[in-house]
Amino acid sequence: MPAETTSPASGRTALADVPHEPGAPKPDPIVVADNVVRRFGGLTAVDVAHVEIQRGAITALIGPNGAGKTTFFNLLTGFDKPQSGEWSFNGRPLANVPAYRVARMGMIRTFQLTKVLAKLSLIENMRLGATEQRGERFLGGLLGVWRGQEAEITEKADALLERFLLAKLRDDFAGTLSGGQRKLLEMARALMADPELVMLDEPMAGVNPALKQSLLGHVKSLRDEGRSVLFVEHDMDMVRDISDWVIVMAQGQVVAEGPPDSVMSDQRVIDAYLGSHHDQDLSEDVVEAIHEAAAEEVDATAADADPEQTTHGEQS
Amino acid sequence: MDWGSVFSQALQSGLGPTAVVYALAAIGLNVNFGYTGLLNFGEAGFMAIGGYFMAAFITTWGLPFWLAIAAGLFFTVILALLLGIPTLRLRADYLAIVTIAASEIIRFTLGSVTLLDWFGGQDGLIHFATPFANANPFHATIDLGIVSWRPYDFWVLFLGWIVVAVGCVFVWLLMRSPWGRVMKGIREDEDAVRSLGKNVYLFKMQSLIIGGLFGAVAGFFVALQHQNMNPTWVATDTTFFAYTVLLLGGAARVLGPVVGSIIFWFLIQFLDVMFGQMTSGSDPIMPTWLMDTDQASLMRLIIMGLALMLLMIYRPQGIFGDRKELAIDAR
Repeated sequence: MPAETTSPASGRTALADVPHEPGAPKPDPIVVADNVVRRFGGLTAVDVAHVEIQRGAITALIGPNGAGKTTFFNLLTGFDKPQSGEWSFNGRPLANVPAYRVARMGMIRTFQLTKVLAKLSLIENMRLGATEQRGERFLGGLLGVWRGQEAEITEKADALLERFLLAKLRDDFAGTLSGGQRKLLEMARALMADPELVMLDEPMAGVNPALKQSLLGHVKSLRDEGRSVLFVEHDMDMVRDISDWVIVMAQGQVVAEGPPDSVMSDQRVIDAYLGSHHDQDLSEDVVEAIHEAAAEEVDATAADADPEQTTHGEQS
Repeated sequence: MDWGSVFSQALQSGLGPTAVVYALAAIGLNVNFGYTGLLNFGEAGFMAIGGYFMAAFITTWGLPFWLAIAAGLFFTVILALLLGIPTLRLRADYLAIVTIAASEIIRFTLGSVTLLDWFGGQDGLIHFATPFANANPFHATIDLGIVSWRPYDFWVLFLGWIVVAVGCVFVWLLMRSPWGRVMKGIREDEDAVRSLGKNVYLFKMQSLIIGGLFGAVAGFFVALQHQNMNPTWVATDTTFFAYTVLLLGGAARVLGPVVGSIIFWFLIQFLDVMFGQMTSGSDPIMPTWLMDTDQASLMRLIIMGLALMLLMIYRPQGIFGDRKELAIDAR
């Protein structure tokens, strides 16, 4: 696929003609995945036949709990290995490529449970994000050949902290940040490497409504800079608000694709979220089925529950 | 009760060759555990490889002193690679188990009858320190008033503290650099560092090698200090003492291990001599029904253990640590 242009609007307008079907081919995909299968024992967590992610657009990955979204994220970024499958970034195959090398290619992710480096200051967290640092080699670090580069990195880091409204906390330990601020720091840190594709795993989880608005603005600004964004999210308002394209996963498979409005009225999506019998009269066995499903959902939620977010969630 | 001699003997121990050895071992552990978060419980194994290979290359295989030092360092790197390749991809606690097991394997192997001709079995190796002793520029007893050392001991500790100082500068230069930043990042969360494009495995390997090399240098000094290398110098409690030294001084602080070692060996000797004097003589200060001379020799370890517990409860950051930094974990 030729990468003609990355002007902000091109990614979105190009999606207008794409059919609203699972696995639909995109005019200019940055990521292509084929037959990616990940099993945990008897459970098939991910079984994606074909999916493409458009360059220069914001793509949302949604689906009910346990749909395999985060696992798919981990597979794409090299943090987990599938049993089979092929996937590529910018046409370069990524199977068996370790996570750090995926990041160096320009595909940087954030985590559902934020991973800030608690005992490093914000500015040190940011500096760590820069790639190709001479001082990160053993001899380079020892001999101090990194001063000039460090000054450039610091300048860039300060500008990003300013943009993400964290500049006044510059020298504080990252461990003192609230949950929402951690999300901001992680996103800012990811940008230190100038990634082509930013992968955000639940950027809104545990973030208060005021901060949510600013985070939304930041995600949109990534696209306006010509970057591609793929994010996992449960917050449907956010998905509707900022995404150009939505991919819906359920039980490990891609079940629907399309622009946000059409996807959310898609019968397959409603079925995936609510079960396929949700609009039928409640006969006795249906009631029983719903109770069972509810019990499963509670289990899944409990398994998904994140101790960090319950403590930090509402502080920001 | 002669407080003058208690104090002078304690100070002699706190500045003596043993304190040098533990300062070096703790600097190694500081690189591993303090900065990179690697739970290396096999520092004694690195000391064994360093000390034994230096000694054996001189006594058994007749190499010159400097080549023997180089050989000791070389085999330490080999050990670090052997330990690191299978374990550094695993979780931190696996490394702890593997390293403690490896250090025991090394100790038993080096002391075994099978390798008697090379490493001297349980008696170990002697006579290797002659070239080192011949180079000693000090010929008279060094008497600084309150403390005094025999010329050979002073030669060991004089060189030892120079090496410790060089080691501290080395660690300081590394840890303020971007390289050190990656190490600290790995300690905090290695997946985050990986997601930013750093080859975490390679960095952890470098940390293990550098920590091991400090262990090997500590091993050289153990061997030179006693002019004898045998398995008892490198038992597992050596590693635990080195960890105590590190935590006492404060982990992830350049001077933590040095100050920790001085204080540790000062206190150990202080308590030992004090209880020794309290229970000795025809009319001891300590009533004999409470404690006799045999029990007195154990008191130092009991009290050190108690002190370590109190330290962990009331000053877990050690002497140089920053309490605020530690409090972050509690959130």
